[in-house]
Amino acid sequence: MARVVVNVALKPEILDPQGRAVAGALGRLGLSGVIDVRQGKQFIIDLDGELEGERTELMEKLAGELLSNPVIEDFTLTVEN
Amino acid sequence: MSARIGVVTFPGSLDDADAARAIRIAGATPVALWHGDANLHDVDAVVLPGGFSYGDYLRCGAIAKFAPVMSLIIQKAQVGLPVLGICNGFQILCESHLLPGALTRNDHQHFICVDQKLQIESTETLWTRDFSPGQQIVIPLKNGEGGYVASEATLDELFAENRVIATYVGSNPNGSYRNIAGISNKAGNVVGLMPHPEHAVEALTGPTTDGIPFFTSILKSLVGAS
Repeated sequence: MARVVVNVALKPEILDPQGRAVAGALGRLGLSGVIDVRQGKQFIIDLDGELEGERTELMEKLAGELLSNPVIEDFTLTVEN
Repeated sequence: MSARIGVVTFPGSLDDADAARAIRIAGATPVALWHGDANLHDVDAVVLPGGFSYGDYLRCGAIAKFAPVMSLIIQKAQVGLPVLGICNGFQILCESHLLPGALTRNDHQHFICVDQKLQIESTETLWTRDFSPGQQIVIPLKNGEGGYVASEATLDELFAENRVIATYVGSNPNGSYRNIAGISNKAGNVVGLMPHPEHAVEALTGPTTDGIPFFTSILKSLVGAS
């Protein structure tokens, strides 16, 4: 089995109102020194068999086309075979 | 025979009935399209209505762009089919890359629902020719993720090419860059708009009837083309 983990985050230049609200809440709850919070998404995809060859290419393509929007988001993809 | 304008219903669409009503009031024939349709039933133009297609899961409009009917619409829009995307429809057009940029969460985090004043900036698109340049209108705006964002270069290009079709007047309601409420593609056949003209077509139910020209514009465009 292969596990693919895709992390998606808003690009640094895109305003993240949710992250900002979380930053405010952390401060209100007593956490000092909060400089910034960015909120992202994580996809954990379990696949039959090893991830290799064309399936790797398709996985990477879909991470860029479906799981993230390249206009506003960056993604990282890691594979544990 | 009057023009046939398709209105797509996705699971989670809300404003498809109002869009069809606006089309009828403007004098055209609304044609119901289903997200799973494999053909466009000979429509002359398409409206992608507001709502929460596929529950807005993943990102607003992200799943809708892969619907069977959308692959046809994307193909035909690239060769001139007039398409108007309202609210969620605008989000779908951006996700489909028929329009540049993206819509993100309102900068103030809250859902808004107001009668919004807009200024029409471009009357050169198929959907805005019945307005006069600089005309101010009031139509409803209701969204949670209506903040229009794009790179500085894209924003400059949109203004330089007269592709910003409407801007917000007064305070910015959702954090949209440069007060952008709606844009068009280069050819002017694809228009995306965050506020809702289809809710402003009758005195009884809307704040104004300022939304009607969007729908009469496309009728004139279609008549002129045939």
